[in-house]
Amino acid sequence: MATEILMPALSPTMEEGTLAKWLVKEGDTVSSGDIMAEIETDKATMEFEAVDEGIVGKILIAEGTEGVKVNTPIAVLVEDGEDISALPAAAPAAAAVAEAAPVAVEVPAPAAAAPAAPVVDLSPDWPADAEMKSETVREALRDAMAEEMRGDEDVYLMGEEVAEYQGAYKISQGLLDEFGSKRVIDTPITEHGFAGIAVGSAFGGLKPIVEFMTFNFAMQAIDQIINSAAKTLYMSGGQMGCPIVFRGPNGAAARVAAQHSQDYAAWYMQIPGLKVVMPYSAADAKGLLKSAIRDPNPVVFLENEILYGRSFDVPQVDDLTIPLGKARIWREGSDVTIVSFGIGMQFALEAADKLAEEGINAEVIDLRTIRPMDTGAIINSVMKTNRLVTVEEGWPQGSVGSYISSVVMQEAFDYLDAPVINCTGKDVPMPYAANLEKLALVTTDEVIAAVKQVTYR
Amino acid sequence: MAARKTTKKPNVSADELKLYYREMLLIRRFEEKAGQLYGMGLIGGFCHLYIGQEAVVVGLEAAAEEGDKRITSYRDHGHMLACGMDPGGVMAELTGREGGLSKGKGGSMHMFSKEKHFYGGHGIVGAQVPLGAGLAFADKYKGNGRVTFTYFGDGAANQGQVYETFNMAALWDLPVVFVIENNQYAMGTAQARSTSTKDIYHRGEAFGIPGEIVNGMDVLAVKEAGEKAVAHCRAGKGPYILEIKTYRYRGHSMSDPAKYRTREEVQKVREQSDPIEHVRELLLSGKHATEDDLKAIDKEIKEIVNQAAEFSKESPEPSVEELWTDIYA
Repeated sequence: MATEILMPALSPTMEEGTLAKWLVKEGDTVSSGDIMAEIETDKATMEFEAVDEGIVGKILIAEGTEGVKVNTPIAVLVEDGEDISALPAAAPAAAAVAEAAPVAVEVPAPAAAAPAAPVVDLSPDWPADAEMKSETVREALRDAMAEEMRGDEDVYLMGEEVAEYQGAYKISQGLLDEFGSKRVIDTPITEHGFAGIAVGSAFGGLKPIVEFMTFNFAMQAIDQIINSAAKTLYMSGGQMGCPIVFRGPNGAAARVAAQHSQDYAAWYMQIPGLKVVMPYSAADAKGLLKSAIRDPNPVVFLENEILYGRSFDVPQVDDLTIPLGKARIWREGSDVTIVSFGIGMQFALEAADKLAEEGINAEVIDLRTIRPMDTGAIINSVMKTNRLVTVEEGWPQGSVGSYISSVVMQEAFDYLDAPVINCTGKDVPMPYAANLEKLALVTTDEVIAAVKQVTYR
Repeated sequence: MAARKTTKKPNVSADELKLYYREMLLIRRFEEKAGQLYGMGLIGGFCHLYIGQEAVVVGLEAAAEEGDKRITSYRDHGHMLACGMDPGGVMAELTGREGGLSKGKGGSMHMFSKEKHFYGGHGIVGAQVPLGAGLAFADKYKGNGRVTFTYFGDGAANQGQVYETFNMAALWDLPVVFVIENNQYAMGTAQARSTSTKDIYHRGEAFGIPGEIVNGMDVLAVKEAGEKAVAHCRAGKGPYILEIKTYRYRGHSMSDPAKYRTREEVQKVREQSDPIEHVRELLLSGKHATEDDLKAIDKEIKEIVNQAAEFSKESPEPSVEELWTDIYA
């Protein structure tokens, strides 16, 4: 049976090429792997191998021919004894190019300015009559891990100095004693490697908590976080998930300069497949970390060293979990909406207190989760206050605030009475000098000034 | 065909030999067909063929037990076929169709099968090495006696994370066989131009990981080395390195003009060391099979591959809704 040999596509972008040279002639016997021709693609000259065995019955495209479309028959292979004279004449005019008809794909239209208020979950995170006790964020994080490790044998903690040292920032204090070295594991200083091992163990059915001593060091491991942890569920068509928590302090501490002071909220926020949490209070730290450990997806959990020692009221309930993706209204107000998360909340709340003294009533929203983001809560609030200021420690270009601004502009443009202002860290690497560091960070005064600007005071 | 050195009489049954012949032939014919479909524009993007390296996975699969895991790089079609994944599902993933193993969303480099304990298909050179050690970590944690085969190439062997992983795998006695598929070229860079030492497995010695060189063109030698490595891991002695010397006949990917090596070099390996021809000779010279027996196997494989190709063409493209699924569990 005669087999047509077609002009091959020899690169991901090749549509046509030059048949530079035939290395076989009519009547030659070829077997799989023999070079039949040289073909010039858009990138290089390539050798074209035979796939099937047979005899070259007819060469249809002469060497030197340019612009031969992919899938054009260039030769005919026949079996021994087959009648060559019955074959079609050389040089077919119309190239049998598989030109796929353009298919109309319906892409969901972007939402128009939303006239109706979005549905927002305003339910309380714990019973109103729960007994409250003052605890530090540090204690809350430790308790969250300990509770989840008690409840699920597959949960383990891995990181630098998490076991015998009791945690570089003492978050894992006491966990080695309670759970032993099988489940609380000191790693060498090798972020890329241990992040990859943890992700692999999650593919293998465990639920790792990976502590980065700080998120600055997780830049060494970011390929494993994004390419391996975040994308595998999608790439596997839903077969292979990655239940893992990457946690540790993020952003500026104090006087540790440029390489130890970066806020990664905006970086990780961009990645589909990741969830990103950045709590402010101790209760949220506890309830969100417990939820993150139970979540079947990879979660980046951004803590803050300055907040570790700060105390907040924590409800004394049996199993405090807070759903990921739900913002919290810290303070109700009617004149302006201030949206923040993590340590930015400190400036937002301080500003709101001072503004109240001047008669400006700010509503303060703590996003708590950056991805998925509770944009409904923001829009709902803006529909009431008509003004928005965002506060974060990270850099301005491509910030969390700039994303919020774009969402509000698209979905609640008609409700805005002033341009949105993003209060951010300054667009500089973090300086060491005390006075310069102070200037580089976002401040309460800047938030107050921004609020006055959007309220035209 | 040049004379082949057979060092010793194979200690395997005729049925086993026939099985290896069949498995290797399936990979080769599948890859040839994939190359053909790529040429027709039915497969897009990157497509890295395994032709020439078949004895590596077939030999190691023969050393594996049910429940053992495997993970590899983007040159992964052979691994999937060797561990029993459906050829039609693999081919339909190459063509980006609904019937593909990742529903058309992963492509040639990203396929997985929980059922067959195949953990990918990873496109970032070297990234699968810590992932493989992590699979072994999970098995050790669970105490289930399983071993993970973690494949990577001579190119990946120069990635830092490989040595971070060697260190932890040795430190924690992880049951992982590191399989260096040394096909002598990291894309277009010959090993001598990229790697400071001739043998890569030596690097394991710095971490206290034993290892050895294996002739990757001899499926029986690979199987024997694999059994030794697996026994080492299963005995709780930690990782083991197999540096398997092999050769890829085709380019790094489909768009590789292969100017970094001579045609004669490739032809010499094909003629003198081909892993499939090797087993074919053993079968015929040992009178374990007749030419007709082997022709019947060839025919059967051709049929399987043609069916896979047909399925990969007929299976529809994924529905547009699939764009938005499988992002979160």
